Amino acid sequence: MAENQSASVNINDNAGGEFERIPVPNSKLKGWKSFLGMYAGEHAAGTEFMIGPLFLAAGASLKDLIFGLFIGNILAILTWRYLVAPIAVSSKLTLYYQLEKIAGKHLVKVYNVVNGVLFCFLAGAMITVSASAVGVPFDVSFSVPENIFGLSSAAFSMIVIIVGIVMTVVAAAGYDAVSKFANIAAPWMIVVFVACGLSALSQMEVDSWESLLTDWDNGVSVIQSANGKVDFGFWKIVIFSWLCNAAMHFGMSDLTIMRFAKDSRAGWGPSVGMFLGHYMAWICASFMLAAQIKLTGDISANPGALAWSVVGWTGIICVIVAGWTTANPTIYRAGLAFQSLFPPKTKAYSGVVLAGLVATVAGIFPTLSGKLLDFVGLYGTILGPMGGVIFVNHYFAKKMSFTQDYADKKGAVFNVAVLLAWLLPVALGLYFIFAKDLFPAYAVIPCWIASSMLYVIIMKLQKS
Amino acid sequence: MKILKLISGLSIGVLILLMSILLFLDKIDLATVKMLMLIGTVLWFVSTPFWMKEEKN
Repeated sequence: MAENQSASVNINDNAGGEFERIPVPNSKLKGWKSFLGMYAGEHAAGTEFMIGPLFLAAGASLKDLIFGLFIGNILAILTWRYLVAPIAVSSKLTLYYQLEKIAGKHLVKVYNVVNGVLFCFLAGAMITVSASAVGVPFDVSFSVPENIFGLSSAAFSMIVIIVGIVMTVVAAAGYDAVSKFANIAAPWMIVVFVACGLSALSQMEVDSWESLLTDWDNGVSVIQSANGKVDFGFWKIVIFSWLCNAAMHFGMSDLTIMRFAKDSRAGWGPSVGMFLGHYMAWICASFMLAAQIKLTGDISANPGALAWSVVGWTGIICVIVAGWTTANPTIYRAGLAFQSLFPPKTKAYSGVVLAGLVATVAGIFPTLSGKLLDFVGLYGTILGPMGGVIFVNHYFAKKMSFTQDYADKKGAVFNVAVLLAWLLPVALGLYFIFAKDLFPAYAVIPCWIASSMLYVIIMKLQKS
Repeated sequence: MKILKLISGLSIGVLILLMSILLFLDKIDLATVKMLMLIGTVLWFVSTPFWMKEEKN
């Protein structure tokens, strides 16, 4: 996931400051290579320790994983390049201001709060990941109950609460310091991921491709004999890896970053980061679980324990740092979204404290982190469709004769057309996900297309 | 600054990456690798902030 957002902190600082409501001036634009570096550490984060092992736990074959992730990542990069970058370069506006011009400032508040709540759940999963590592030296285990609101041990819940409080306080008081720390940690973290993978291969005594395949397949068999047969095939991997960052590309969240680009080549920016985080790191992290199953028969995907067994204290530190540097900006941004709900005189950190509280409560329920593959799909399904509205507003408003940037031109504060175009497809998508057990990532593109078309149709019908 | 950069590079390049490769090749034992990686981690976080801050400035 696009998780370690701290890597983009310089540009995002500007996003929240002087160019929040005006196009970025030419003097502040950056060449496309800056974006390669900026994104390099962005996708190697705490979630990777969780998502990687979940592929094995979900029964994916190693070949499917290697080729499926490759294709999915390519598709994601192409989406950034050809969907997000051209609009970002053309308009040079943040996602929020762009949305405000189309949807009106009150509807953007609703979107912001929804975004904030989802951010809280993501941060909650990161708190769980960090707590799993904190618990290792104290011999506190981490288990994922079947019930979504089931708790792990009391000791683990207590560690989650302590980690959550620390993260919240730091997010409220020292966001910049942790962001700088995250930039320092990023290259180290990537190397530690590689080391985890190599150490896991060593523990499995892998000496050939065939022996690796055998160990992997044995791992899948052990998991499936315990949890029942599940299927996570090639195309499911492709779709998941393509759309796990759907909120950022299909949902246009990265307009805020790419508006600083001189030209659309900035869309290639995520390529290095994606292959480091969503390819190398996921595969290396999955090897840790395969090694654990071979050595102990234990099938639990506990990031702290997995990292401890392969690289010792370095792994513990890496899981804590990865979780922390991901959760910190996530809580901070959710806090900014929530702040708009408070009266103007409320303390500036109130939103962050609320976000930290929600994230900590979410983190107490470990099933959330255990369902991360589903959650990121859900995240894209809910937020992605707004990107479709931005897309048709940008490319088709003039061609199809409806008002571009409707709220801005008409002085509207709540564009009902956007609300309907967003909510109806998302409601349908959520119905299929929760009632019909659809894999959430499968709903992202249909919802995006439906929202795009619906917005055009409603705008034409109301002759806007 | 060049010395600090060198320390940073060696800390993750040699003490973490190279050691894990040697572990994979069965040339070194896991306990030693874990200790060297921890030393590499400490060196990285001690040396890197200085030159990274300087470069940003």
